[in-house]
Amino acid sequence: MSQPRTIRASLFTTCIVDQLYPEVGVSVVRVLRRAGVEVDYPEGQTCCGQPLYNSGFTGEARKLAERTLNLLDDRAFVVVPSGSCGAMMRVFYLDLFADDPELQARARDLSQRVYEFTEFLVDVVGYEPATGDQPERGCRVAYHPSCHLLREMEVTGAPQRLLDAAPGIERVDLPDAEQCCGFGGTFAIKYPHISEEMLADKVAAATGSGADTLTACDMGCLMHIGGAVSRQKLPLRVRHIAQLLDGESG
Amino acid sequence: MAEVVTRDFVSATQAAVKDTQLRQALRRAGTGFDGTRREAIHEVTPEVWEEWREQARRIKEHTIGHLDYYLEMLERNVTAAGGRVHFAADAGQANAIVAQIARDNGVRTVTKSKSMVSEELGLNHVLEAQGIDVFETDLGEYIIQLANETPSHLVAPALHKTRRQVAQLFADQLGVPYSEDIEEMARIARVVLRQKFLDADMGISGANFLVAETGSLVIITNEGNGRLCTSAPRVHVGLAGMEKVIPSLQDLAVFLRLLPRSATGQRITSYMSMVTGPRRPDDEDGPEEFHLVIVDNGRSRLLADPALRESLYCIRCGACLNVCPVYQRVGGHAYGWVYPGPIGSIVTPGLVGLGQAKDLPNASTLCGACRDACPVQINIPRMLLHLRHVAAEGQGSYQGTGSDTESLFARGFAAVMSSPRLLNLGRKMGRWLLAPLANRGVLGQTRLPVVSRWTRARDLPIPPPRSFAEIWRDELSNSGSDSKRA
Repeated sequence: MSQPRTIRASLFTTCIVDQLYPEVGVSVVRVLRRAGVEVDYPEGQTCCGQPLYNSGFTGEARKLAERTLNLLDDRAFVVVPSGSCGAMMRVFYLDLFADDPELQARARDLSQRVYEFTEFLVDVVGYEPATGDQPERGCRVAYHPSCHLLREMEVTGAPQRLLDAAPGIERVDLPDAEQCCGFGGTFAIKYPHISEEMLADKVAAATGSGADTLTACDMGCLMHIGGAVSRQKLPLRVRHIAQLLDGESG
Repeated sequence: MAEVVTRDFVSATQAAVKDTQLRQALRRAGTGFDGTRREAIHEVTPEVWEEWREQARRIKEHTIGHLDYYLEMLERNVTAAGGRVHFAADAGQANAIVAQIARDNGVRTVTKSKSMVSEELGLNHVLEAQGIDVFETDLGEYIIQLANETPSHLVAPALHKTRRQVAQLFADQLGVPYSEDIEEMARIARVVLRQKFLDADMGISGANFLVAETGSLVIITNEGNGRLCTSAPRVHVGLAGMEKVIPSLQDLAVFLRLLPRSATGQRITSYMSMVTGPRRPDDEDGPEEFHLVIVDNGRSRLLADPALRESLYCIRCGACLNVCPVYQRVGGHAYGWVYPGPIGSIVTPGLVGLGQAKDLPNASTLCGACRDACPVQINIPRMLLHLRHVAAEGQGSYQGTGSDTESLFARGFAAVMSSPRLLNLGRKMGRWLLAPLANRGVLGQTRLPVVSRWTRARDLPIPPPRSFAEIWRDELSNSGSDSKRA
């Protein structure tokens, strides 16, 4: 019998996790290691460029995208705990470099190596949380499929599968789950009155679902939803899925 | 051309989100239409649905890619069938052509079936100024004509109106007893409009499709009003944007499957009318003259722009409106012109200029629901991104509408993100500035510029003392495969 080959993955934490939610990055590392993945962290990483790209500043976005390509060129797998940054790297870099064959070729190469965290665990590693893995216990979790994870990266089942397999986690249905939460990056501050209406519906769906915890794979959406939950002092925990799988999120 | 008030998008949407009646109407219609649409897809199976979408997409790509060829074929065949084709470069020309046809025929009364292009042109006002009585005959269009409003949805123009508002409108405008009974209201409209159909000298219709190989105009309705408008009056004028042409009747088939299902979830529409030329000598009825007015009005610009060209594939089913989280909360009028919702956010800047409509491409979370719902797979989010790019960096033909402040922000953001050292310094400064204002570890309501637009409804986390990169360096980089310490 041959030993299973060790899978090596390079973590791209995303700037929001690096700067605002480092504990999520820590959980990502711990879960990956628990799943037998050898994790490395390319130093000097910052932002993938998505906020600039989404605001139309293609020129500035290219600087950050090229910087990111340079950091990740030789890595076997790149794991991103975000559907929206993942979509930027898998889908939108190809558009961003459409007029530069050399950079586009490198972007295409990256697009085949970049995975969202749960997608990587399920599709590449084949990880199933087991009893010894100590995920979060005794919680009822509603999962919000973030838009770019769902519709750009087309990750439709991996997060649910991990939650369903995790001992002690009970998943409950989130009504109108596939409705956008209203974050949309700068949209949330450019058109707060519209964003807040969408947010209110998402929060109402989550609190009405019977869940005590809301989870997703994107800290952008969770900062938005969690910000309202915190403001309204609602009895709902908002956690990145890595924190639930890690089981030390308190 | 219809007035463009897209500049007021922010104030209009601020008012719209507070309008509980509007929200209720939007919710009912949106979830209703989208629910039946999903059922219809489920019934044919998603696999078959995808095949149809791809087929329709290929037909549109091909036709729009060879538009000059098919428009010439269409003109030839309409003419051969005894009709006349007029090409109008802009709204002014199109209105003048229709007005002239009316004058030439001594027209006093016009009945219209639904036409978004006529809304775009502002045609009714032009004809009315000429002393002609114009009657909308689609029930929804009739309601908003009585109310002196504009359509708020591509398929359901009076969607924003509640039953009670319509009852009051009928009582005020038609002098009928107040009734909220929908059957009764439809009956009243039918009685009023039946006489107009008989009186009309000229019928004006839109076109869902124009078939090049036969020279036919195809319209789809649920009320049969289109058939009366196109067959009873002496003169029939068809109005269509130049993108409505498709090559053949065989190509029509897939669109007849896609359009009703996407619009209302119906398997098939109640009435499908095909008009090929005027009445022939052995026909029992039909108009003596048939005119087809093909309208450009900015569409050539969309055609010439590879990034926006696919907006011309739209078949105006309204599915993208029904799934759009923004449209569903602000309604159609807030978009400030004829075409609302996700597709309107492309078409409006494309036709009237980005300068007048710069909010529209930005007023989206890029959630992608519209693209998934589109029966011709139009990639609306990608075009929104393109328009944002044009606005921000001023290239192409719509340029130069971005704000200087925003561009300064963008350059600053890129500079900070280009240097991990600057980024960390930024976080530490942010922490130093915000921590004293924090409560329970988060920033609540504040008057800080920009930040306040976030904190008016959401708390903001205070940057932590260490970044992930620092934690990695200090604690994680050398630990084993199941580290428990962080």
